[in-house]
Amino acid sequence: MDTMEWVRGSLDHCVKCTICETFCPVSNVTPLFPGPKYVGPQLERFRTDDGSPDASLDYCSGCGICTTVCPQGVKIAEINSQARAKMKAQRGIPLRDRIIARPSAMGKVGTPLAPIANFFLKNHAFRWLVERTLRVHRKAPMPLFAGRTFQSWARRHPPLTPATKAIVYFHGCSANHFEPRVAQMAVAVLEHNGYRVIVPRQDCCGLPLQSNGLFDDARRYVRKLARNLEPYARRGYDIVATSTSCGLMLKREAREILELEDDEDLRTVSAHMFDICEFLLSLHERGALRTDFRPLDMRVPYHAPCQQQGHGIGKPALELFGLIPGLEVVDSDVACCGVAGTYGLKTEKYDIAMEVGAPLFRQVTAVATEVAACDSETCRWQITRATGIPSVHPVELLYRAYGLS
Amino acid sequence: MSADAVVVGAGLAGLTAGVRLAEAGLRTTLVGKGPGAMHLAPATIDVLGYAPDLVERPAAALPSFVAERPDHPYARLSADTVASSAEWLSAHVPPLAYVGTLEENYLLPTAVGVPKPSAFVPEAMAAGDLRSGGRFAFAGLRALKDFYPALLADNLSQAKLPTGVTVDARAVHLSDPGTEADVSPLGYARMFEDREFRSVVAAELLPRLEPGESVGFPSVLGLHEHRTTWLDLQDRLGRPVFEVPTLPPSVAGIRLFHALRDAFLAAGGRLLIGSTAAGAETKDGVVTHVVIQTAAARPTPIEARWFVLATGGFAEGAIFLDSYGEVHESVFGLAVSGVPAAGEPRFVPRYFDDQPMGRAGIAVDERLRPLDADGNVAFRNLFTAGAALGGAEPWRELSGNGLALASGFAVASAIVEWAS
Repeated sequence: MDTMEWVRGSLDHCVKCTICETFCPVSNVTPLFPGPKYVGPQLERFRTDDGSPDASLDYCSGCGICTTVCPQGVKIAEINSQARAKMKAQRGIPLRDRIIARPSAMGKVGTPLAPIANFFLKNHAFRWLVERTLRVHRKAPMPLFAGRTFQSWARRHPPLTPATKAIVYFHGCSANHFEPRVAQMAVAVLEHNGYRVIVPRQDCCGLPLQSNGLFDDARRYVRKLARNLEPYARRGYDIVATSTSCGLMLKREAREILELEDDEDLRTVSAHMFDICEFLLSLHERGALRTDFRPLDMRVPYHAPCQQQGHGIGKPALELFGLIPGLEVVDSDVACCGVAGTYGLKTEKYDIAMEVGAPLFRQVTAVATEVAACDSETCRWQITRATGIPSVHPVELLYRAYGLS
Repeated sequence: MSADAVVVGAGLAGLTAGVRLAEAGLRTTLVGKGPGAMHLAPATIDVLGYAPDLVERPAAALPSFVAERPDHPYARLSADTVASSAEWLSAHVPPLAYVGTLEENYLLPTAVGVPKPSAFVPEAMAAGDLRSGGRFAFAGLRALKDFYPALLADNLSQAKLPTGVTVDARAVHLSDPGTEADVSPLGYARMFEDREFRSVVAAELLPRLEPGESVGFPSVLGLHEHRTTWLDLQDRLGRPVFEVPTLPPSVAGIRLFHALRDAFLAAGGRLLIGSTAAGAETKDGVVTHVVIQTAAARPTPIEARWFVLATGGFAEGAIFLDSYGEVHESVFGLAVSGVPAAGEPRFVPRYFDDQPMGRAGIAVDERLRPLDADGNVAFRNLFTAGAALGGAEPWRELSGNGLALASGFAVASAIVEWAS
């Protein structure tokens, strides 16, 4: 049975228990999306090659919570993602979706022009114009270009010597072009624990393309990335990711949603892929994580993004935070911040995304003394944009507590 | 990964065991494919409702019930354990304020108007007790599917109650200021948390109520702020207000799930939802690891000293029948007892009849450890709780939550005792 049949075939396991509907962050705030069970296992039976009888599918944010909580193992989010790609192919994909789905291409254009590009990104009139022409909401969170890529930093960064252990780092597009500091801190934390950090050449994992229904392009990107990472995985190196969504893409989503289960490179990479907090906690369980943490006297709201929860590993960041003296962490226990990658950037979905995230924003505002912590970049930008409170990757708190700054 | 104890299953049995183990100071990991049946079921703790006739006094009925059914899980769970587990639950979910005793069953109306026996019930449901008869108005919300107060009231008025009393029940349909959209019970639960919404509902309802009538609502009176929502509505209407469990999703059950999950996390438990327990590693009659499948294409073993199987029965896919007619347990490959012999009928046509396959499940010793096909303890450090247990027919006996709670409670006791 091919992957498509296996993912789609899982809908026969749906017992209509509605557990997914009780968790769906989108259908709980808007009637425009009738819920994952309705749009997924139920409506899928009515979709033919002639198309879908219902377009509400487009309002699914793709957060994946439905699949995470389904006790019968139905691949609800995956079914919906595939159906949406077909629907968009039939109805036409807006230019906007083709642009915002290519962060690495944007990065290549924007990085050398960073001062000018950032001027425009911060300019209200420009954002208004973008909203009018492309339908990217003028208030939606938009990262600024760092001007220098993490890759260029890494090429000049002297490798840790002596080092008995080595690890491969998958940084993703956002750390490369927008937040190289996150990647540098991840390298510092890994080196502090004795790892020589290998940074292979890498491009986008294809996740934003996949979310926007551009499956063929997404496959090209993810296959190329897997080809670049596979030689390391094959030789037994573990690969860590700071971008939790992109890590999940390589672990599972590309195999299931893009039907690449047969791609040997991808399987090998998936078998060696770790979310960075997952990896650091596994070190700690083996007694191999340095715990020379200095106190951090702060209260931090922590949000485990929807895509982090898709890893099925619990919330390792919370346990790592527990090792830092003085650090008080409040777990958000909110399913999703709303932005879901590129969903919340879109003018017609911006308000929904903000309402989905509202309970999280309230909690972040009430709890944070300095920063919030979150594993995914787009969620951090969304939280910061909505609350004005800086949001950091969990490794930044470890970096600070190790006294590496 | 490693832990002191691993619980597989996030239903009432698994979470009860998990909370107790974590609170006893054991590093506890709970693996759940998804939340268990709490989201689907009323949050009442039905200990024993039919044996096979209606049970009015479960404590009195249990001794003869187990004497006639030596393979029933209640034969391994003393009445004290059952009562202690209910006390424990009350203490751990204070906002739900469980009431009741093992001495007698409440008779609460279901959504289709059947009087249903339950020993322990959330306080917000207790005023629906039908044993003394009375006058009831059932409020209907226009956009709420699967809750028809006219059907409920009509069936209830015709119900034969053991006490010989009669029930005077009628429906009151609200014009429903809520919404035009398709609303689930959860959507209404959120609306009811809004004071303004409650005041509109109360203002419409109050003039249409008759003296002496208690008011039944579908169980949508708040989710996170349930108690204040319920009490406020009762104040506004000036009479007892109670909830009637709805078809899934069950808001009452979701409250219970939230309360137990939060207790588990607060006690330091590690919760892995969305991963599947795909197998186990064993050595010399001891389970050493449960192997879970996370998102990555590699098995993830979790090492521990004690393991609890609380994955459920057939409905949950924890026990399954293959196309050769063989019955399997999905995680540890345990022997399943009570399976009809080859060639014998496995099922009979009427769902609620005595199904030959109905009691199939895991046979256990007095400490709820699974037995192998020869009747010996399969693994010394593996315990079983909930619907995986063989010998019971929860849907006919109305014993499901009672068994889940008491067995989850008991396996934690056995492990904690062993650990100390």
